[in-house]
Amino acid sequence: MGRAVAVIGTGQTKHGSRFDVTYPDLVREAVMACFKDAGITPDDVDGVVSGTMPSMMEGVALTHFYFADAMRSVGKPIMKTETCGSTGVSLALTGYYWVASGLADIVLIVGSEKMHEGDSQATMTTVLEPFYQRHFLSGAPGVFSMQSQMWTARYGIPEDKVRDAAAKVSVDHHRDALDNPYAHIKVALSMDDVKNAKVITYPCRLYDICPNSDGACAVLFASEEKAKKICPNPAWIKGVGYRGDEYWFGDSDKVVWQCAIQAAKEAYKTAGIKNPRKELDVAEVYNPFTFQELLYYECFGFCDFGEACDYTLKGTFAKGGELPCDPSGGVLCTNPIGATGLIRVAEASMQVTGKAGDRQIGGAKLAFAHAMGGVDQFNGVMIIGSER
Amino acid sequence: MAKHFRTLRHDVWLPYRIAVGPTFNRFYEGLKVEKIWGNKCPQCGKVLVPARTFCPGCFVDMGDWIEVSQEGEVVTWTLANDRFYGMPVDPPFIGALIRLDGTDCDFLHLVGGFDLTHVDSVRSKITKGTRVKAVWSDQKKGHLMDIKYFQPV
Repeated sequence: MGRAVAVIGTGQTKHGSRFDVTYPDLVREAVMACFKDAGITPDDVDGVVSGTMPSMMEGVALTHFYFADAMRSVGKPIMKTETCGSTGVSLALTGYYWVASGLADIVLIVGSEKMHEGDSQATMTTVLEPFYQRHFLSGAPGVFSMQSQMWTARYGIPEDKVRDAAAKVSVDHHRDALDNPYAHIKVALSMDDVKNAKVITYPCRLYDICPNSDGACAVLFASEEKAKKICPNPAWIKGVGYRGDEYWFGDSDKVVWQCAIQAAKEAYKTAGIKNPRKELDVAEVYNPFTFQELLYYECFGFCDFGEACDYTLKGTFAKGGELPCDPSGGVLCTNPIGATGLIRVAEASMQVTGKAGDRQIGGAKLAFAHAMGGVDQFNGVMIIGSER
Repeated sequence: MAKHFRTLRHDVWLPYRIAVGPTFNRFYEGLKVEKIWGNKCPQCGKVLVPARTFCPGCFVDMGDWIEVSQEGEVVTWTLANDRFYGMPVDPPFIGALIRLDGTDCDFLHLVGGFDLTHVDSVRSKITKGTRVKAVWSDQKKGHLMDIKYFQPV
């Protein structure tokens, strides 16, 4: 694990359609909020980590140069990390390694996206080579819909049951987002609204799918020595795990999905977690698609394979349940991709330090943050706790 | 959100010339003459399609070339009902993973040849395990779309 690493501040923009500002100004909004939260200044920072989706999203290729002034990174070492949807957790891991290694004491981590300025599905298509896979994978929804169908067929889950469970996930998260001042989509939905919405890529309908959002998130990590001096109430990184799959979509099993399973296992091991559903107080699962969130519950050991629909319909993973997932409304309601994984880390940190406002899970001490990227290719997990 | 100031229209148009290498080249040449080429890993024995230069599992050069079956079964599928950038056909279309007989990975392509306008009727035609067979395009260009789609048999 290296040295202990603390989260000493978080900052988010209001996410949504942000044509009111330029991209660097949006980034600065999150950076300023983060410094205000931590009560330190950019002079205190040893290094900066920055990242976005593949830069084609906004048409400016060298984003960490574009944001140099907005992140106040001039004169400091700067690293860029980019892993598609999992960028945010990869950013957090990059900062974590930097502090844990002892080579930096305070690191600023910034993730951002301004998806309304570009064509997100076209950008996502370009993560694949043009020889073969790019032609058929219908942006992100196509990939995750195929994965969902593979999962329901594997365990023989009746179509009505998985449809109901996914609709409940959508209804719950849309209701949760109403409590989150940063969330993008704020609309109360009924089960029928979700189940009767337009099919995008079967079985996913409109409200099973995340929006395109503009937004940024910044987080400050510090060594134990610095954190104890600066911050009366830091969050602590208890475990990290990250795994990648092979490139070819048809080569590996995306149901008993090794990169998701092993990333979580590694994080649990260092955090000493044996029964995640019982020991975790809250989870911020990367959930751009309702059906995929159900599969994640199983890959992360929140329940056994084939059981997620039953637990979901019982309310186990909703607010007030045994393990509330995505009380922020999650990715389903807010997805500025390069920031999204870092928002999970920020939300988990806020939960365990009692700073989550109306979306606070009472008494939360141990939280799970996660992001996924590529064509079902990368999964990263971070366990964040209130105790050192 | 607050006031929207004007936006600036900006298009990036970049031409690329991408080397396909000898392995994909041979795969494409096969499509022109209605053959689907895979190859076999000399270490793990898996037959992969499209043919690869090296085995992703064993990290050794692939061995014998094998013309694989043009029939197989659907592993998973989705009905795309919306327009996505770069797709070779207009919606609605079915993207699917297909396990061609005798191969050890799933082949990504389209399933078609029947009415795709209604989800419910599509669901009655295709499921995991549905047997499908390649239907070839009339004009062949050495491209993946030389296979028009895979049709239920």
